[in-house]
Amino acid sequence: MKAEKQYIDFYQEVRFRLTSRSPEEMNLQREEALRTFAAKGFPSRKVERYRYANVEADFAPNYGIQLAPLSGTLPSHCFRIADAEPRIRALYNKVADTADSIVALNTMLCVDTLVVHVPKATRVEHPIQISNVLKGEQDTMVCRRILVVMDEMAEADIIITDRAASGNRFLTNQVIEVVMEEGAHLSLYEVEETHLLCTRYSNVFVRQGKNSTLHHSNLTLFNGHTRNRLDVLMQGEGSEVTANGCVIADKMQHVDNNTLIEHLVPNCQSHELYKYVLDDSAVGAFAGKVLVHEGAQKTSSKETNANLLATRTARMYTQPMLEIYADDVQCSHGSTVGQMDETALFYMRQRGIDEKEARLLLKAAFITEVIENIPLESLRDRLHVLVDKRLRGELSKCEGCKLCK
Amino acid sequence: MLQINNLHASINGKEILKGINLTVRDGEVHAVMGLNGAGKSTLSNVIVGHPAYEVTSGSITFDGKDILSLKPEERAREGIFLSFQQPVEIPGVSMVNFMRAALNAKRKYQGLDPLPAGDFLKLMRERRKIVELDSRLTSRSVNEGFSGGEKKRNEIFQMAMLEPKLAILDETDSGLDVDALRIVAEGFNKLRTPQTSAIVITHYQRLLDYLKPDVVHVLIDGRIVKTGGPELAAEIESRGFDWIKAEIGNSVTPL
Ligand SMILES: Nc1ncnc2c1ncn2[C@@H]1O[C@H](COP(=O)(O)OP(=O)(O)OP(=O)(O)O)[C@@H](O)[C@H]1O
Ligand SMILES: [Mg+2]
Repeated sequence: MKAEKQYIDFYQEVRFRLTSRSPEEMNLQREEALRTFAAKGFPSRKVERYRYANVEADFAPNYGIQLAPLSGTLPSHCFRIADAEPRIRALYNKVADTADSIVALNTMLCVDTLVVHVPKATRVEHPIQISNVLKGEQDTMVCRRILVVMDEMAEADIIITDRAASGNRFLTNQVIEVVMEEGAHLSLYEVEETHLLCTRYSNVFVRQGKNSTLHHSNLTLFNGHTRNRLDVLMQGEGSEVTANGCVIADKMQHVDNNTLIEHLVPNCQSHELYKYVLDDSAVGAFAGKVLVHEGAQKTSSKETNANLLATRTARMYTQPMLEIYADDVQCSHGSTVGQMDETALFYMRQRGIDEKEARLLLKAAFITEVIENIPLESLRDRLHVLVDKRLRGELSKCEGCKLCK
Repeated sequence: MLQINNLHASINGKEILKGINLTVRDGEVHAVMGLNGAGKSTLSNVIVGHPAYEVTSGSITFDGKDILSLKPEERAREGIFLSFQQPVEIPGVSMVNFMRAALNAKRKYQGLDPLPAGDFLKLMRERRKIVELDSRLTSRSVNEGFSGGEKKRNEIFQMAMLEPKLAILDETDSGLDVDALRIVAEGFNKLRTPQTSAIVITHYQRLLDYLKPDVVHVLIDGRIVKTGGPELAAEIESRGFDWIKAEIGNSVTPL
């Protein structure tokens, strides 16, 4: 319990400062979260959903914990939680898995919550961009919390980017809760391009109402250690979810995507595609469960995890899972792990393309499918460029960020 | 242009080429014929530097340069092009990006700047016409979902883009319908100059009727056992290979 102790001690030390800066909705949850965290501690690999993570090691370093409220001007439809409508504020911590100790740690220590609230029948024309830039003189832990509420028939695109503007260690613990009412459409994009000393724990929880559609893309372009969790609860008939993701990792990078899609009611669709390109000694893990509950007839679900290993030292753990308690469903799941196509490589080299470039083209080609799934054209174009830069090793840590200029 | 001396090559420890001698001069077209499994594709793969083959002895020089120590991509940039017997599908790599990478790699090797995007697309259009390759195909991924004939046509389109000094056509005629064969062969002839040469591997006379080889070789069991003029191809078409095998049966003493 060593790693936990520093967080508990810290909480007890700053408890008063925290509660004086935060709204009641958040403060009311802290003590319960503390009890959960203290009782459970960091999950070991014996806990099913943490089989491929190294939680204790990731949280063990002595980070300074940031207690700053949200800063910067907020885009339209975005609020600090204290400024949101009471019925929206009341949804705080109602969607997340409160029994999870990483979530509990976030609930315990988070100072502020960014609320994105799109009212009924409103279509947000331009994507809402939430840009997280990690910076600071010392090694820092950041707890981040976002609550997205899409009222009936609301439509929006949200792009969340994680970058780092300084070279020290960072640990991010993020919890995103999403409530989608009937007929809402949301595209939620997460793009990480940080650096080797950044550790990220992201936890996204979604509840989908009737006829709602969610597109979620999670793109890990550059990182240190990353664990992304996505839980989608399909509670309304006729809803649809696309969970799309790609990972490009090399050196000693580690990326673990863990998803759970629950079909609670009939006539819902889920499509899941995660693709990994691993080079050097990178380690990837994908564990995705689709759970079709009793009575969820006419469920249609497809889950695919495809992986390309460029070296013999890269490792991939893949575990697609399907659990079905209904009889009239169409579900498939599968995964592949492959090496570079040597015949294709030679074909390209015969045309004069050098081996390194040929490998790069094949890697980019492998990822293309994931990028092409993205409905937002401007982001697709940008990602094609970013993927190419990433594979060329040209992705600067401060790409697009003006802080360093 | 190309000089091959006593070339021995093996794959997985099995010797396939057992002493090939071949000289191709500037502007010449050489046909290579022979039974299935004789080693024709092996010879072309060894010339372009396929890493699966091991050259155990002999030499290959191209324009006086020893190319055995060059990487496949370097040989390509020197001007050697192989139209593959089985072109590879590369999903996700667009024809445009593929051709651009290939052409610019060659230009870089020659000390030239990359071709500006507009000029490059113009060149693509122009060269596509030579082999009448549909623009729908060049807007797709490399060979992905192409029919057998379309793949072969695409090989000659790529050759038109890269303007090699030496083109090796490994059964480019197989899979092409009669009209397509004529279009591709005529396209190939349009691209020829007095400085460009070709090695044409085929089982049939028809392609050779268009390409008019200067020399015809017969490759059997890893050796060139007979060399003649265009009339040799016609003779093989009508009589097969048995008479040649009988001829060498008399002259070759087993080791
Ligand atoms: N990887 C390999 N391992 C062992 N033998 C091989 C391998 N690849 C090719 N061979 C053998 O080498 C021999 C020559 O093959 P090659 O493809 O060069 O023949 P070819 O003359 O081109 O025939 P075709 O007219 O059918 O195209 C064949 O007997 C083939 O089975
Ligand atoms: Mg062959």
